[in-house]
Amino acid sequence: MSENLVEIKNLTFNREERCIYNGISLSIPKGKVTAIMGPSGIGKTTLLRLMGGQLKPQSGEILFAGHNIPELSRNALYEVRKRMSMLFQSGALFTDMSVYENVAFPIREHSKLPENIIEKMVMMKLEVVGLRGAMHLKPSELSGGMARRAALARAIALDPELIMYDEPFAGQDPISMGVIVRLIRDLNDALGLTSVVVSHDVPEVMSIADYIYIVAEQKIIGQGTPDEIVKQDSELVQQFIKGEHDGPVPFHFPAKDYQAELLGGKS
Amino acid sequence: MLDKIQWLGRTAINVIAGLGRAAFVLGSAISHIPNVRKGLPLFIQQVYSVGVLSLIIIMVSGTFIGMVLALQGYTVLVDYGAEGSLGPMVALSLLRELGPVVTALLFAGRAGSALTAEIGLMKATEQLSSLEMMAVDPLRRVIAPRFWAGFFSMPILAAIFSMLGIIGAHLVGVEWLGVDQGTFWSVMQSDVDMLDIIKGGIKSLVFAFVVTWIAVYKGYNCIPTSEGISRATTSSVVQASLLVLGLDFILTALMFT
Repeated sequence: MSENLVEIKNLTFNREERCIYNGISLSIPKGKVTAIMGPSGIGKTTLLRLMGGQLKPQSGEILFAGHNIPELSRNALYEVRKRMSMLFQSGALFTDMSVYENVAFPIREHSKLPENIIEKMVMMKLEVVGLRGAMHLKPSELSGGMARRAALARAIALDPELIMYDEPFAGQDPISMGVIVRLIRDLNDALGLTSVVVSHDVPEVMSIADYIYIVAEQKIIGQGTPDEIVKQDSELVQQFIKGEHDGPVPFHFPAKDYQAELLGGKS
Repeated sequence: MLDKIQWLGRTAINVIAGLGRAAFVLGSAISHIPNVRKGLPLFIQQVYSVGVLSLIIIMVSGTFIGMVLALQGYTVLVDYGAEGSLGPMVALSLLRELGPVVTALLFAGRAGSALTAEIGLMKATEQLSSLEMMAVDPLRRVIAPRFWAGFFSMPILAAIFSMLGIIGAHLVGVEWLGVDQGTFWSVMQSDVDMLDIIKGGIKSLVFAFVVTWIAVYKGYNCIPTSEGISRATTSSVVQASLLVLGLDFILTALMFT
């Protein structure tokens, strides 16, 4: 039995004319926190959507516990999705439901448990994320950090094997960020989850990830443990983790010659 | 020249792909008839949202249109001494045409636009994606209850519209202009037969189907940005209204000639 819960092999994905991934391969080991990092707009969220079967690649395999996601039928895909969950960047809480109803939603959808058991399960999940006291609030009454924690409680409601975090630290204040960093690590260890964190927040990811992939230019440009990543020679990797404004990833978007454009006009 | 051919080809492909997606959404909505345990509460919630909350606009419009019909009809009929025919004139106009058509147009503006915007916003805020990732089919959970609620509510709203229109016409024709009450009701009763009511009902069902289908499809298929939702909402109302008017002509030609 493979030690990897997810294996991506020779994945190629194009969005219209634009190539997002060109034959990338990576593995997500069971029970670990794996981070996928890279500059904005290179398709990190797209990779999560490919893993969740929301997008289909042009070629390649995405194996989740031995199932090749792109080849699954609609019903089989929905069965597999019961074993994974995703924390969206926006939280994606249902705005017409309270926090309690949001967390209870997947349990009610996929089980026939009596309401008193569901109530206890929801309480436990909310206690883990520290929001038991906010269970009656609506998503519009929550701060950004609280909304993300409520969404996290919903994501773990069915005790998934894999949890995917899409930019979990984006737009968070330092306290909320610290809370989410701790929750990702603690939940992974306490519940025996496998976590994939997509982010470009270098210090936070470095502090919790067991293994890191850095993605840019449609391929993986660096990988290793946080210590190994820091020591890598690649200029691109170094530019990314040090946050340098110019380097292999240029400050300027590719354009025609500046002087020629100024003299000749836009056309 | 080559650019124009390319544009034509791309447009044709986009139109066909759009029709395919719309048919897929419709097929999924139809195949997910709300069941008792999970679907029925959602269906009832949506009937309230698209049906009950549309009552005011339908009731007020129905009453005023009936009143105006009576006023206009009376001024013409009285010249020929035929004001006794005011009752059937108003009733047939409402049951055959104005009830189904105006209700459909109002429904597209009030409930159809709300459905499109709501579903579009759910898409933009990743709520539909999160449903998919929770192994819950958004077509079953979100689209189907709304489609069935619209299909169920609109014919009832059209019936209420026609009923209040006739009451409005009675207020103006009988209470204000002095048409004989007995003549008003008895001529209406003898000239309007069950077939008129059934044919009006068929129109309402067809319009309900089309308006709700367009509304849910436009929301589900919108570009998930503020501009995309705005465009989808506008096009939902415009396309539904035009289709209702076009279909009304076809149905009238088929059923009443």
